[in-house]
Amino acid sequence: MSLPATPTDFTLADARHAVATKKISSKELTAAFVKAVEGARTLNAFVTETPDRAMEMANASDARIAKGEARPLEGLPLAIKDLFCTKGVRTTAGSRILSTFVPPYESTVTQNLWNAGAVMLGKTNMDEFAMGSSNETSYFKPVVNPWRAKSSNQSLVPGGSSGGSATAVSGNLCLAATGTDTGGSIRQPAAVTGTVGLKPTYGRCSRWGIVAFASSLDQAGPMTRTVRDAAILLRHMASVDPNDSTSVDAPVPDYEATLEGGVKGLRVGIPKEYRLDGAPPEIDALWVKGAEWLKAQGAEIVEVSLPHTKYALPAYYIVAPAEASSNLARYDGVRFGHRAEGVRDITELYEKSRAEGFGAEVRRRILIGTYVLSAGYYDAYYARAQKLRTLIARDFTQAFEKCDVLLTPATPGPAFALGAKNNDPLSMYLNDVFTVTVNLAGLPGLAVPAGLTADGLPLGLQVIGKAFDEATVLRAGRSIETAAAFGAKPSKWWPA
Amino acid sequence: MSVDKDTVRRIARLARLALEEERVEPMVNELNGIFAWVEQLGEVDVEGVEPMTSVVAQTLKMREDKVTAGGDAAAIIANAPVSEDNFFVVPKVVE
Repeated sequence: MSLPATPTDFTLADARHAVATKKISSKELTAAFVKAVEGARTLNAFVTETPDRAMEMANASDARIAKGEARPLEGLPLAIKDLFCTKGVRTTAGSRILSTFVPPYESTVTQNLWNAGAVMLGKTNMDEFAMGSSNETSYFKPVVNPWRAKSSNQSLVPGGSSGGSATAVSGNLCLAATGTDTGGSIRQPAAVTGTVGLKPTYGRCSRWGIVAFASSLDQAGPMTRTVRDAAILLRHMASVDPNDSTSVDAPVPDYEATLEGGVKGLRVGIPKEYRLDGAPPEIDALWVKGAEWLKAQGAEIVEVSLPHTKYALPAYYIVAPAEASSNLARYDGVRFGHRAEGVRDITELYEKSRAEGFGAEVRRRILIGTYVLSAGYYDAYYARAQKLRTLIARDFTQAFEKCDVLLTPATPGPAFALGAKNNDPLSMYLNDVFTVTVNLAGLPGLAVPAGLTADGLPLGLQVIGKAFDEATVLRAGRSIETAAAFGAKPSKWWPA
Repeated sequence: MSVDKDTVRRIARLARLALEEERVEPMVNELNGIFAWVEQLGEVDVEGVEPMTSVVAQTLKMREDKVTAGGDAAAIIANAPVSEDNFFVVPKVVE
C-alpha cells in the first residue's frame, strides 16, 4: 500500500494501515488533523473543537498499540456531527436552545466508535436540529464548502444538514465523520462536497443519544472520502441497542470483505420518475454515464417505475414537522437549555424560552407540525401523508422485484451560493427531491462522487438498496467510484 | 386549506411559541405557501391504504419490567438553568 506524503491526505483505510504497521503514531496523525482543524476555522466546520481530548485519546491508542491490543479503528481521528450526545462535551444540535448543553451520557453510535479505538477531533456544525439543506440555519453561523467554482471566489454552501461533517471530510480536516439523515442530510451534503455519504437502513444504527428530529426517519451514517471508508465506518457505528427499540437485532456484516465483488449480473433499476423537468442537463448526463459504467462492468440495466415519487417531498413536509413538533416539545426552559429572563408565569416562560431559543426554520416547522396534528386536521394531513408513505414504500418493493439496486442522481444540482435560496423555503426543500423517498421507505441510500460540472463543482450519484442490503449498495457504489475515477479535491484556498 | 392570522396565533399558543404580532402576517404567508404545495397529496386515491406505522417489519420488543437506571439526580439536574436542592425551579403556578 503506497501512502500519501501528507497524513491529512490519508483515507481512513490508509490511516488504519499506517497506524497498524507503525508507519505513523496516532499522536502524529491526530496532531496533524488538530492543526488542520485549527487552520480551517474560516470554513466554520466545527462548533466545538476538542484538541485536548483528541491528544489524550491518541496517546491512549498508542499505548494500546505498543501492548499489541489495537482495536479496529485504533487511533483514527474522526469528526462527530453535533447532534450526537458526547459525555462531558457540549452538544448543541446547531441551536441556541442547546448552546450550553453538556450531556451526562454518550450516544450509542459514538460509544461504539470509541470502543473500536477511534479518536474525537470535535463536534461539527449543522443546520439547527438538522432542519435545512445548506447549513445556513445553524445558530453558530453557516459552514463554507471547501469547493469553489472555477475562477470564482464566491463562497458556496456545503449542503445540509450535515454540512460541517461534509466540509471536514472534503477539506481533509478529519479522516471521516458521522452524519445523520432524515430527508437527505448525509447524502446531499456528501454529493455537493465530492465525498461519500451513506444513510443506512432505518434500524441499522441506534438512535439513542442522537438529538431527535423526526424519529421515524432519522438514521445515523458515515461520511467519508471513499466507499471503502464508508464500509469500514458503518460496521463500527451499527449495533442493536436495548436503549432503542427500533434498532434491529441482525448481525452487522463485514461490508469491506464484499466491497470488490463487482456488479456482474447485478440488475440496476433506473426509475423514470427521477427525470425532472428543468433539471440541469449535466445531472441527466451524469446519470446516463453512471448506468453505462455499471453496464460496462457487467450489470444489467432495467427501467423501473416508482409512480408516487412526486408525492414524497410534500408527504415528508407533513410527517417530519409533525414528529419534530412533538420531539421539540421537551425544550421548555426548565430542565435543560435556554431559559428566558423576566417572565411573569410558566406559560410565558415556555413561550419566550422557545421563541428565543429556536431559529426561524425550526419555529416554522414546529408550527406546521402543530397544525397538521391539531384537532380536525389530523386525517386530512398526517394520516394521508402516512398512507402516501405506504404507497411510496410499496413502489420500492415492486421495483425491487425487477432489480437489485436503483441508480439515481443524488441532488438536483451542485453546491449553490450562500444566501441564494434563503428567501423561499420551498426552493430550499427541493434540494432533497432525490433523497427523501429513501427515508420515507426506510431504505439504505449511498451518495458517491461521480463527476464535475463545467464549472468544476462536484456532483454525485445515488445507489438505493433493499432494506439491510448495505453490502450490495456499497459494492455497486465501489464500482461507480472505480469507473468515475473521481479523485478531484478542492484547492486549499483557506489560510494554512 | 389555508390558515389565517387567528389560526396562526392559535397554533403558536398550542406550540407554546411566542410570536410577535408583526411576525403573524409573514408566517401566514409562509405557511400558506407550504400548505398550497402539500395540497397535491389530495390527488392520490388512498382508499383502503393502511397508514405507515413502521418502515421495518418487526415486532415490538419487550423487556423485563425492572429498574435499570436512576438514582442520579445530580447528573439530571446538571443542565437545568435554575435548580435548588435537586429540584427544577419554575415560576409559581398555584396561587
